[in-house]
Amino acid sequence: MADQTQGQRLRGGTTPGLLSGITRELSRMPALVLICALFLFGTLCVFVFADLLAPYHYAEQDLLNRLKPPSFLGGISEHWLGTDDLGRDLLSRIIYGTRMSIFVAIAGTVIGATIGTAIGFLAAHFRGWIEESVMMFVDFQASIPFMIVALAVLAFFGNNFLLFVLVMGLNGWETYARLTRGMVLSASEHGYVTSMRALGASPLRIYGRHILPNIASALIVQFTLNFPETILLETSMSFLGLGIQPPLTSLGLMLGSGRDYLLTAWWIAVFPGLMIFFTTLAVSILGDWLRDRLDPTLRR
Amino acid sequence: MTARFFLVKLVRAMLTLLLVVSFVFVILRVSGDPTDILLPDDATADTIEYYRTAWGLDKPLHEQYVRYVWSVLHGDFGISLQDNRDALQVVLERVPATLQLGLAALVFSIMLGIPLGIFAALHRNSMADRLTMSFAVLGYAMPNFFLGILLILLFTMSLQWLPSSGSATLWHMIMPVATLGMAAAGTLARFSRSAMLEVLSQSYMRTAKAKGAPRLRRIGWHAMPNAAIPVVTVLGFKIGGLISGALVTETVFAWPGIGRLLVMAVSNRDLPVVQAVVLLVGFTMVVTNLIVDFLYGWLDPRVRVSGASQGA
Repeated sequence: MADQTQGQRLRGGTTPGLLSGITRELSRMPALVLICALFLFGTLCVFVFADLLAPYHYAEQDLLNRLKPPSFLGGISEHWLGTDDLGRDLLSRIIYGTRMSIFVAIAGTVIGATIGTAIGFLAAHFRGWIEESVMMFVDFQASIPFMIVALAVLAFFGNNFLLFVLVMGLNGWETYARLTRGMVLSASEHGYVTSMRALGASPLRIYGRHILPNIASALIVQFTLNFPETILLETSMSFLGLGIQPPLTSLGLMLGSGRDYLLTAWWIAVFPGLMIFFTTLAVSILGDWLRDRLDPTLRR
Repeated sequence: MTARFFLVKLVRAMLTLLLVVSFVFVILRVSGDPTDILLPDDATADTIEYYRTAWGLDKPLHEQYVRYVWSVLHGDFGISLQDNRDALQVVLERVPATLQLGLAALVFSIMLGIPLGIFAALHRNSMADRLTMSFAVLGYAMPNFFLGILLILLFTMSLQWLPSSGSATLWHMIMPVATLGMAAAGTLARFSRSAMLEVLSQSYMRTAKAKGAPRLRRIGWHAMPNAAIPVVTVLGFKIGGLISGALVTETVFAWPGIGRLLVMAVSNRDLPVVQAVVLLVGFTMVVTNLIVDFLYGWLDPRVRVSGASQGA
């Protein structure tokens, strides 16, 4: 029941005046959450406008200015954050790396959420052996560290970008499936669903129009938990040299290659690392706040 | 009831294990001819023929599957392409190093995380509580590879206190253990805190206080065993995190364990070794989860009863 009113309030809050709704939400945010939201908004702008923001192309080399420190540490003014071992501009590479990491994280999380939610609905609808086998796969995925599975798939099939993104998408689907199945089963017992069914509504209509909006807030919460995990998975794998492959760039890949220059040029590893750290931190803090707002029963 | 609970868990674990083996079988068969993939390029015709018959590649698929499960049960994972030795043996040699690192990190995270969480719960909303929780969030959001690199920059490059690679002495363990254990410590702190808060608000705690039990006894005897239940569950989940963490940590600190072996094997496409590691990790995880489930049932008799009747 609480879910229902929550759903209505949410929709009511966004449809009539989107702008006033947003300003109202912003004014209610604690300062730290607001900072995180602003940071993420900035990251999103970097994601969208990377081509406009980056002073150089990420692969452009300036071999005369290799391993230059950031300009505020005695480097040259052409390269604010310094350059790497091939004289590539670090700021530009971080901007493009952020775009790549955010893209993979969004794509991966969306794919996982869609697959998982759909499978959860199927399991709840068909019950019986379909449900049993879905739950067995859920157990399987939950029992092996996903990074090992991902590495095995990439090792056997060879790494390419599309496969890598798909593999990222398989991370975490099982939580959505388990969550959706449980919530659909309990929602099916509610009066509004039984009455819709009695009125002759098709299952698709009931699930899509009536149950989904009611369980959406819990799924959004899961999304905010899953998103930083996907960022960390992608950056970890790229860091190990087993994720995004050069000439493409990602924050994890930059950190991984910067490892060889810790003694002479620490900035190559540290700046991308800070970017990853702040992004996951901001998403986690914002997610925590959102969780409390959407589901007061979870508040501890 | 109790026997049924343990039996249900055991059967589930076996099924999961079978799924792990089937998963490897499927990707192995989908990705190409196993004799190409699992044997060195310079393998003699005799060797190839031997494995062809052993794996039954001339037989129908379902028979190949049975044979595959059979050979896995006998520890036959093929020959490492890198050093021409039995893949399982190559992997098993690395187990002690990873076990040493993993157990030390587990102990580190328990010793750091649980006391911090309990302390924070007992001093709720104080400065110490807020600091602890900030630490927990930072520990969760900090990528372990970045933490490892920051530690190297500080303790090896700047201060020159600790060695950054290898596993020769006890000093070599400090940074890898801290790197690997930090995320788990943060999560444990967070969960111990909320579990403790939950328990502290229970009526039996009030009863204990009313009958004059000293504070230390109330916390140690009444609160902690009850708060332990959710913490044990989280600990079980964290074991998987430690294994993925070991991949990164061992690579950063050149620790000669399974994680580094797997990373090297994947980049060299040494697939027999990859296969052996995946199966070994799967087996370890299933057994660990089973132990956690049993521990859980032992700690909390309610789980035994309701868990078995739901068949979960």
